Amino acid sequence: MPARAGAALRDAFLSALVALGLFGVLIGLKTESGPGSLVLVARPWAVVIAVGLVFAGRLALLAWRGWRPAGTPSPRRLVAVGGRIGRVLAPLLLAFALSLPFYAGRYWMDLGILVLTYVMLGWGLNIVVGLAGLLDLGYVAFYAVGAYSYALLAQTFGLGFWTCLPLAGLLAACWGVMLGFPVLRLRGDYLAIVTLAFGEIIRIVLLNWVSLTNGPNGISGIPRPTLFGLTFSMGGGPGTVSHFFGVEPDISQRVIFLYYVILGLALLTNWVSLRLRRLPLGRAWEALREDEIACRALGINVTTTKLTAFAIGACFGGFAGAFFATRQAFISPESFTFMESAMVLAIVVLGGLGSQLGVALAALIMIGGSELFRDFAEYRMLVFGGALVAMMILRPRGLVSGRTPSVSLGTAKQISPDLIAQGRG
Amino acid sequence: MAQTLQQIFFDLFGADAMIAFSPAYALQQLVNGLTLGMIYGLIAVGYTMVYGIIGMINFAHGDIFMVGAFLSLIALTGLSALGITSVPLALAITLLFAAGIAALYGWTVERIAYRPLRGSFRLAPLISAIGMSIVLQNFVQVSQGARVKPMAPMIDGNLPLFADGLFTAQISAMQVAIMLTTLLVLGVFTWLVTRTPLGRAMRACEQDLKMAGLLGIDTDATISLTFVIGAALAAVAGLMFLLYYGVIDFYIGFVAGVKAFTAAVLGGIGSLPGAVLGGLAIGLIETFWSAYFTVEYKDVAAFSILVVVLIFMPSGLLGHADVEKV
Amino acid sequence: MPAPLMPASLLEVRDLTMRFGGLTAVSSLSFAVRAGEITAVIGPNGAGKTTVFNCITGFYRPTAGGIALSPPGGGTLALERMPGHRIARRARVARTFQNIRLFAGMTVLENLLVAQHNTLMPSVASGLLAVFGLSGHAHAERAAIARARFWLDAVDLAARADDPAGALPYGAQRRLEIARAMCTSPVLLCLDEPAAGLNPRESEELSTLLRRIRDGAGGEPGCSILLIEHDMGVVMRISDHIVVLDHGRKISDGSPAEVRADPAVIAAYLGDGDDDDSPATAA
Repeated sequence: MPARAGAALRDAFLSALVALGLFGVLIGLKTESGPGSLVLVARPWAVVIAVGLVFAGRLALLAWRGWRPAGTPSPRRLVAVGGRIGRVLAPLLLAFALSLPFYAGRYWMDLGILVLTYVMLGWGLNIVVGLAGLLDLGYVAFYAVGAYSYALLAQTFGLGFWTCLPLAGLLAACWGVMLGFPVLRLRGDYLAIVTLAFGEIIRIVLLNWVSLTNGPNGISGIPRPTLFGLTFSMGGGPGTVSHFFGVEPDISQRVIFLYYVILGLALLTNWVSLRLRRLPLGRAWEALREDEIACRALGINVTTTKLTAFAIGACFGGFAGAFFATRQAFISPESFTFMESAMVLAIVVLGGLGSQLGVALAALIMIGGSELFRDFAEYRMLVFGGALVAMMILRPRGLVSGRTPSVSLGTAKQISPDLIAQGRG
Repeated sequence: MAQTLQQIFFDLFGADAMIAFSPAYALQQLVNGLTLGMIYGLIAVGYTMVYGIIGMINFAHGDIFMVGAFLSLIALTGLSALGITSVPLALAITLLFAAGIAALYGWTVERIAYRPLRGSFRLAPLISAIGMSIVLQNFVQVSQGARVKPMAPMIDGNLPLFADGLFTAQISAMQVAIMLTTLLVLGVFTWLVTRTPLGRAMRACEQDLKMAGLLGIDTDATISLTFVIGAALAAVAGLMFLLYYGVIDFYIGFVAGVKAFTAAVLGGIGSLPGAVLGGLAIGLIETFWSAYFTVEYKDVAAFSILVVVLIFMPSGLLGHADVEKV
Repeated sequence: MPAPLMPASLLEVRDLTMRFGGLTAVSSLSFAVRAGEITAVIGPNGAGKTTVFNCITGFYRPTAGGIALSPPGGGTLALERMPGHRIARRARVARTFQNIRLFAGMTVLENLLVAQHNTLMPSVASGLLAVFGLSGHAHAERAAIARARFWLDAVDLAARADDPAGALPYGAQRRLEIARAMCTSPVLLCLDEPAAGLNPRESEELSTLLRRIRDGAGGEPGCSILLIEHDMGVVMRISDHIVVLDHGRKISDGSPAEVRADPAVIAAYLGDGDDDDSPATAA
């Protein structure tokens, strides 16, 4: 025991030494604007604290590893458990989501809307990445196309949300096809960088095409959705929801309505994905992820199949974008940065590729979790990034890994994640 | 004939637009583009090396570059406070200092975020890398502040190269310094990769990691070394960036990183000369596009050319055409 | 010397040449596969057998030469000009791979349903309409499952229909790959070393299965087979016709008995392939 403790101490000391090298300069010496040029301000105590934290943290980690009970459950068991928990957890989550407006306040409703938006984006991207195995790093582009489509259609032609929603989805899908057509022949990480580039191109164009998009100032005054033609105006006159139902106009009515709209849209995404998985198209996507060459040998048109995945994923991104625009009533290119794409991709991967429940859980944990850290303002993203790394190391296959067969003769058995390919496209 | 065309052009667009016909102006863009391209090339080498060995996109690499720029800024400020006025000496110390500490960053990032995920499935290291990128960005933002950091130019002086009636092309002493340093660093790096046992181990791991391990190469150490070298080169690029532009902030890593990765892919990912060539290509495209068309859409131009090149040369400019094994 | 035109030839390979950079893998190769027969392509390692397969199934585009398929329904298709997925779909040439390529994370049944993709989903529009239950998909799916069951029984995998394909033992994976290819209703089945890694009993079962596929049974029409194989036991037992390749050229072509007696084949297999350059061995 003392030998092990000694080794742990030595290890922690080395870690602290590395930390000293890393933090000594960047934390210890801060550049501040002085008279004329920059001056350095020394902060030795901050370095001591940071290095001390690393030392203690490393020691704690080693201690936890040393005393952790041996015999962790095998992956196979976890898969089986995952399948069973899913059957209980999914309806519970749904019931929770449906009932939230009855007891939650304004803050929780807003957070709920935010989480559901990411759940929907995650489910949309899951079609592309999780099912078809195509790495898309520019998913936010379709979100942006949807948002700007709605904003511009509403402002130019005075169309309402429900008219524009399908149009926004359709336009995003068209963009998906336009992007996909030339690039889907590319494999692996080439596709990743081209999708990333596409996302950036869309953002730059939105930023600079001032006559159309109003550039960095964005578009404001985007109309809110209506309930069968009734508006949620605070004025309370004829044609408003409050007037029609004879209740006092209240801002929370609109928030609750928006909440149910995004819940409905997210559930639609979920329903379509689950349904497609059991249809030839979805099965072809998964086959493509498993082995593209075998697909070709079976007569599957690989390009068309990839394009449909891209287009349908993009379509849901467009729906979510239109919702985002109507909810915020204001959009600007700033909302559509690479960070958003990375966030959605992280949700999909952390959730477990292809798992609908996993994506919902991951969105809840990540968006909800980063909301908890709101008070720590500037440390929030630092913690978020660190959590991303930690979660990947702890669960590289995601929260809910494993796959449920889409069809079975007898009883369907969960498929172990070790057998599932991740796609090379 | 050319004269009349120029006349028409003059009538249409006015005197300012005539600059488009100036060879000196074009030469100036060439010089600027090459300088920028060398910075991109230095970063791209890090991407391409890591990709070559473990097949992952090291998303945090751009942020290592940013850390390198900040380290350089701190070192230069500190050195001037200490009263070291010799520019070559200050630059040499800064270069070694920034490269050394950035290398430690590279090593740590690999050790913490990538090594536990080696051999794991493809997307986990990517997400981990994105997480690391967020960590580095926000770490620098928290520790050094979110404001833009300006630095007074260290090297003055211009050398006129060529003049026609419209424009005088010149190369600044700074540009000369950047180009010479980059070439020197790339020279050392090339020697390291092609002529030393260490480089041989790296190339062996690139060919077949498992087999290299079976043949007694310490693959973990080699991979660590790849990250260390890549980070050191990125830090050199960070110093160059700081000298060239004179302002940095914690966000420069993302933009430069994406450009450099684009350069690596354009050159053919996995190919070291390709990375430098791709970097130069991206630098030139950007500079010429800004000079003759619009500054705002320079990134669009760079990305569009990437797409076009990939469609016609799916493995990049110098990449191996990978024959499909059936 | 081009093969004589047989009236019942299903596949005609004529002067096929395939070069990779400076390397000539196959050089002006001609042979024919007759309908209703099992044709074997044999030859030492590196003779270009798999390259020929990849040309026929559209994975490589031949440098020169033609590959003509004359399906029983009439007409002739030029395979050298068609992309891989169209060869499988239109020309109905199915194949397996030397290193098995199953959809490992999908169940055995799913593998067989993916093979019937084009029957189940004739167009993208119908595939999308099926989401709303609009394109008579349920009926097609039942038929597809019935067909999958038929082939599961044929390859003795019915008990494992719901297991992931990647979890099957090696021999079963080989059989599943054949069943999957057969689910595409091919007129020509190309098998790349189907007996590799099988034990003697499994090889024997494979021979029976291949004969059954050739002759057709249980309402399935017969399907011609082209196979690459190293296991001479299997080849001699089931082949109707054998083509021998060496260094990308055809050195012999005929019935098993003819090929076995051909001195050129014996020379190639004993490693004495230099008889052209060396007068001593020629004499």
